[in-house]
Parts: sequence; C-alpha cells; structure tokens
Amino acid sequence: MKQKLLFSAGLVVCVVILNFFLIRMAPGDPAITLAGQAGGADEETLAHIRKIYGLDKPIWNQFFVYVGKMLTGDLGTSYFYNLPVRDLILERVFPTVLLVVSSLLISMGIGTFMGVLAAHQPRGLLSYFVTFFSLGGYSLPTFWLGQMLLLAFAWYWPIFPIGGMQGFRVEGFLPQVADVAMHLVLPAISLGLAFMAQYSRVARASMLEVLGSDFIRTARAKGARESSVLFVHGLRNAILPVITLAGLQLGQILSGAVLVETVFDWPGLGRLAVDSIFRRDYPSIMGILFASAVVVAVINILTDVVYRWADPRLRSGGGH
Amino acid sequence: MNLRPLMKQIAPGILAVAGMFGTLSATTTFVQAEEPVRGGELVIGAGYSASSLNPAVQSGFGAGVPGAQLFAGLVRYDEDWSPQPYLATDWAFSDDGKTLTLNLVKNATFHDGKPITASDVVFSINAVKANHPFKTMLQAVENAEAADDHTVVIKLSQPHPALMVALSPLLLPIMPEHIYGDGQELRTHPRNLQDVVGSGPFKFGEYVADQRIVLERYDDFFIEGRPYLDRIVIQTVRDRSNMSLLLQRGEVQYNPFTSLTLRDVDRLARIEGLSATTDGYGGIGAINWLAFNLDREPLSDLRVRQAIAYAIDKDFIINTMQLGRSKRATGPIADSSPFYTAEVEQYGLDIERSMQLLDEAEFTPDDNGVRMKITIDWIPGTVEFGKNLGEALAAQLRKVGIEATVRSLPDFGSWIGQVSATSDYDLSIESLFNWGDPIIGVHRSYITSNIRPGVPFSNTTHYSNPEIDALLEQAGAETDPTKRTELYHEFQKTITDDLPMHYLHEVPFHTVQRDELRDLPVGIWGAMAPFDRAYWAQ
Repeated sequence: MKQKLLFSAGLVVCVVILNFFLIRMAPGDPAITLAGQAGGADEETLAHIRKIYGLDKPIWNQFFVYVGKMLTGDLGTSYFYNLPVRDLILERVFPTVLLVVSSLLISMGIGTFMGVLAAHQPRGLLSYFVTFFSLGGYSLPTFWLGQMLLLAFAWYWPIFPIGGMQGFRVEGFLPQVADVAMHLVLPAISLGLAFMAQYSRVARASMLEVLGSDFIRTARAKGARESSVLFVHGLRNAILPVITLAGLQLGQILSGAVLVETVFDWPGLGRLAVDSIFRRDYPSIMGILFASAVVVAVINILTDVVYRWADPRLRSGGGH
Repeated sequence: MNLRPLMKQIAPGILAVAGMFGTLSATTTFVQAEEPVRGGELVIGAGYSASSLNPAVQSGFGAGVPGAQLFAGLVRYDEDWSPQPYLATDWAFSDDGKTLTLNLVKNATFHDGKPITASDVVFSINAVKANHPFKTMLQAVENAEAADDHTVVIKLSQPHPALMVALSPLLLPIMPEHIYGDGQELRTHPRNLQDVVGSGPFKFGEYVADQRIVLERYDDFFIEGRPYLDRIVIQTVRDRSNMSLLLQRGEVQYNPFTSLTLRDVDRLARIEGLSATTDGYGGIGAINWLAFNLDREPLSDLRVRQAIAYAIDKDFIINTMQLGRSKRATGPIADSSPFYTAEVEQYGLDIERSMQLLDEAEFTPDDNGVRMKITIDWIPGTVEFGKNLGEALAAQLRKVGIEATVRSLPDFGSWIGQVSATSDYDLSIESLFNWGDPIIGVHRSYITSNIRPGVPFSNTTHYSNPEIDALLEQAGAETDPTKRTELYHEFQKTITDDLPMHYLHEVPFHTVQRDELRDLPVGIWGAMAPFDRAYWAQ
C-alpha cells in the first residue's frame, strides 16, 4: 500500500510538470487571447497584461513561482474570471462529483443487477433483453441521448427542468435539495446509461463463471434460497471484475461528464476545463488537471481498498 | 446629395408627428397609451459567460448587458443616434470644439449611498482612457476636471466627434472613486465581479461564474420612480437547444444577441407569445468580411481581389444560407450608421468579369481547371458565419478556377496568432463591429499606424494608403456632421475600390423575447443600455 501511495504521489507530480510545459508549447499567446476577448489592445496593454499575470518572466521562473504557490494551496488566478482557481474548482467539484457518483451508482447498481439476472438464465428472454439493452446503451452517443431525454422529458412531458443544476428562485434547504435532485435525473441517466451496459456485460460473464463453481452447487445442495445463492454467494465472488471496471472507468466517466455537462449546462469541472482550454486560461487548465489527477489517484487507492475488502485473499498479502 | 444622414436626424420627429395623426402602428399606439407597471422579474438568457461586470475594462455583450444596468453613463442614445440626458442633464461644446462642459444631476447616488460627484466622473474618464480596449475612443481627451461638484470639463487636443457616443454607459461607466480608486489594478479589480458598487438603475445581487448574474432594483436611482422591474437575472445558457426550450417554456424571457441559429430564430418567431427582432443593434454595426492578405501574392494584385469579389454570390449567402435574415454589406460602415453610403462599387456576381480579371492577371487554368490555390480561415467559434460561409465561398470560387481550402484553427488564440501575429493566411472571414462611431470601430482596420503584428483587431490586412490616412484623420476631427459624412462617403468609395477586404453581409443579430415585455432598450446599443424603462404588461 505504501508503494501504491508513493506511486500515486509521483504520478500527480509528473502530471503537474508535464501539464505546465505542454500547455505552454501550444500555439497562441494568452495575453493576445485575453486582449482579443476584451475587444482589442495596443502593445502597451499587451505588455501590461503580461506583467499582471507574470507572463513576461522566463518560463522556469514562472514554473517555480507556480509550484511555490501550489505548495501553499494557491493554484493561481484565472486569467478569464480573475478569480482564484482554487475557488473556481471547489465551486465545481461538487456538481461534477454529484453527477459522476450518481451516474456510477446508476450504471454500476442497475448494470450489475441486470447482469446477475441475465446470468441466472443465460438463454432466457431476460438475458437477451439485457444484451440488447447493453449494446443499445453502449452505442448511443451520450450527447445525443442527453438531447433526446431533454426533448422527451423536459419539453414534450415537462417533468424535469431544462439544464442547469438548480433554479435560482428555490429557497430553503430541503426544497433546494429536491430541486438539485430533479435537475440531476436526466444528466445522470445520460451519463450512466452508456456505462451501465459495460457493467451488465462484465457482471453477466463473471457470474456465469462463478455460478458453475463447486461452492454454488454446495450452497444449492444445502437448500439456500436462489436469491441468496445469486446475490450473496454468487455476486460476492463475481463482484471483483465489476469493482476493477469501476476503478478503471472513472476516468472515462469524468470524460463523459464533459459532454453531459455541456448538453445540460451543468456547472461542473468538465465544462470549465473545456472552456479554459479555448480561453488559454493556463492557471485554470493546470488547476483542473491537477485536481483530476488527484481524484484519479485517490480513486485508484480506494479501488484497491475496496478490492481488499471484497476479496479476503488479498488481505493476507497473497494478492498483487 | 444623400439625404440619409439628414433623414436619420429628423426621422423621430416625423414619426412623432405621424403618431399624433394616428398613423403609427397599433402596437406602438398601444404601448404609448399603457401605464408602466412596477414589479416583476426579467430572466435574460445569455449564450456566453461574463468575465467582468465592468464595461470600463471589457467590451462586448458579456460585460455590456449587466454593466449598463449596474453603471449609469453621462448620456444615453436612442435609436435616432442623438444623445439624451442621463447623468448629465445638459452639455455644451466650446466654439472650437475642444472643450466639453457637462452638468450633472444633483441627486444621484452610488449603490452604497454615497453621492455621485464630478470627481467620480473625472476618475471614470481617466480610468476608461487607461484601461478600455478601445484606445481611439478617448484618445483626444487631454484632461478632465471637476469645475465644481456637479460640473465636469473635458479638454480635447483636437475636436473629437466620437466623444458623445463614448459617454454612453456601455463605454464610459461612471464608477465610484472611493471603491475603484483604491490603488488596485482596475483590470483585475475584485469588485469588477463581486460586490460591484455602481451608479445605474440596478444594483449587484449575485454573480455565480458561468451560471447567473442577479441584479436588484436600486430604489434610490436618480430617475424618480424607475426602474420598474424588481429584478433582472442574466442566466448563462450555453447550449443552443436549451436556450430554445427555455424560451419556449417562458423560463427565459429575453435573449438578446442570440446565439440561436437563424433557423431556430425563425421557428421561435412563429410561436405565439414570442417574437424576434433586429431592432437595437444599430450602433454595433457588425460586418462580416473577407480579409485579403495584401502582403502575399497573388492577393497583393488588385485584379485578383476583384476577381474573387465578382465570383462571390452574396444573394445566395443572404437568402439561402441566412434565410433572408441578413443584409448585404457594401463597405466598411454598416448601413445603420449616419455615415453610410451605398454609392460604392458593389461587386455583384459576375463570373465572366471575374475570369477575365484572372486572365489579365495571368492566372490561367491548368489541366484540372485550377488557376490558383488559396486558403480561407475563419474565427473559431463562429461556425454559422465563419466555417459554413467559408465552405460556401470555396464552392463559389471553384467556379472561376480558384481552389480554396477552408482551414479550421482550434481556438481564438490560434486564429489571432495566425492572422494577426504571423500574417500566415490568404483569406480570412472576420466579423468586426463599428461600435457607434467610425473612430472607435472603423479606423482601426485601415490606418497605417495601426499595422501592429500580434495586436488583435488591428490593421491585419496591412492596408496602407496615405490618402486614406489623411482622410480618416480629417474625418476624425471634423465636427460639422455634413462635412464629416462627405468625408466618410469618400472613404467608403476609396476603400471599396482598393478592396483590402470584401464586405459580405451585416451579421444579423436578433433578440428573441416574450411579447408581454415593454420598453426594452432599442437604442443604438440595444440590450447594452439601461433597462430602467422596461416593464411587464399586465
């Protein structure tokens, strides 16, 4: 575990260094972009902008200033919003985490459940339905699905709100929670559906293997109920690939969130990342990439922990 | 003699007289007869994010729409292009046109209750001159001083006809010196976004980056009884489909500078309760043009530029691609401007003439019928008026043997780098605004002194003509409107003959709004003007 922690910390450091220099290698001058967005400038103003943001200093100097500030928890100031990047990120971490976790729960929970049911009768109608549903969900582009859901459930049947994360007229804690929940339904389903397919496929395959094991036969011979055989004895042993998939897929879900956040005007990190790239907002881009590197590293560690919890063999040190 | 400028001056008078005789439309008569209703909330949909609420440091819609609510200006402009009193009750120029004296209202206060004085106005003039991206706007201002608490005297190095337009809240917001003069950099001042203290009809409520701006009615606004609305919410809706649905559901009630496609605008305008208008964009004067890189062969040859111009079918662009919702551009000045003239070379579609010019320039077709190969760039983010237009132009140019490749640069920064910094382009589709007076938005693209590689929106074609430099200098200091108009007519004629860029169409800005809204600003700055008169009909 210690090794894993060290590896994760090294990974984050590498991401910070690489990002800093890679972004600066891209064509386009942030001072010119800023001046262009403001409506124009002259040489004097451009020089002034470069001075304000420290862009007139040598790149190594800029790097050490950045790292120095980072160590004190200061991720710099956004060129575009002129607000601390840390605050911008913190403002948007919650919406993104909420969206990603909800989608993960939807896709993993329902996907695994469907996979287990499909494995129970591999040649049954339900199994074919799950396969069809999985392939369908996997094939639909997330942004298209999002737009269709909006058209169906926010326009023809106006059950859910259109875009955003919360209405500005709602007051009081509980009404606000309910409002956010209503806003969350369509984006979470859009994002979750594509990944649900993969969970159901993996869970089905894994369960099929496990259900042929001796201990399942023993459980059935002891007279255990079928639901207990499936969900307690079977799933407990078939869950490992599902957990691995969840860990691996987190990065993909985060990328998918960018599209969903765009379609649903969801004020999350993904949309900020894309906007910041187009705006040449170096501090914001680096801050977001740093934050996502940390998140991915933490999730990997958590996956490991959950893995150990789910598979007692690993706890004794016999695992990888 | 062209009567257009004169008509623009007297048109409101004629309309008012006509109104008395009951010849105005039923709608207008109804609106005028209606008593404004106090209260209510207006949700404005914005397809962009605001990075500053202070128009002193940022041009454009993002800062302009909220900025004109938060900050009052010295004057405001109605659709007839004549300045109306706002914070200044009256004003007078000296005989030589080099001194402007303005008297201020005496009961005006900032949103923190402190009085608005001449000293704040002087501070604002100096701050805007130092920080606003439009450097020519206040260039002639030598100094501004407070003669007393409510009198401001502006001294100019030479007569500066753009000065009055520059006193609009959009361009010269009156800021409290005790807040913004605290020694911090104005461009990055924290109160440009949070806890903004302004002088306008609405005060700061909330700013949530990329989500919403909330503005509340300022009860002590210096115009008695106004504003009528309780609250304005500017909601960021970046996705076009969402904007369209929100307008249909009535959750967004006003969408100026709409980012919707023209097809969506057309569709929404047919829905009961919604309408679309192009009113209120007169001062902006957005022209989409095709810039030629004059430093590069073959575009340095006038005959080639003319051949390209004659090969372009503007009617197809306007009527088919833009559903008839855009206007033909004929020159560097938009047709809403009092200085516009249509008496220039129009470059109608003439394939034969185009090919003849290319023959004269010795560009003969090869075996594949190709005479030359060029590239077309467009400003990233402007798919409808950039990329799609580029593709259409490429197809049209193919008919005369010009093979044009449409390049897609990844972002705005790359485009500026390519076109402005390194001049590595052949043709570039660009949209630039007139910004009210030609001094502010037109001169910059043609004067030799503004050839500044790497500076955005400078003279990027590198056009240089001493005759034009002298003409624009003269027009920029001419205070007689008739003479000034004549000078700009001459300028438009010469430029369209020299053809550093070919003017395609005027960008059709639209506002989509609910029909129950009344008296929204439709002056030359549209929604970038105060909403103090706006109200909801009962």
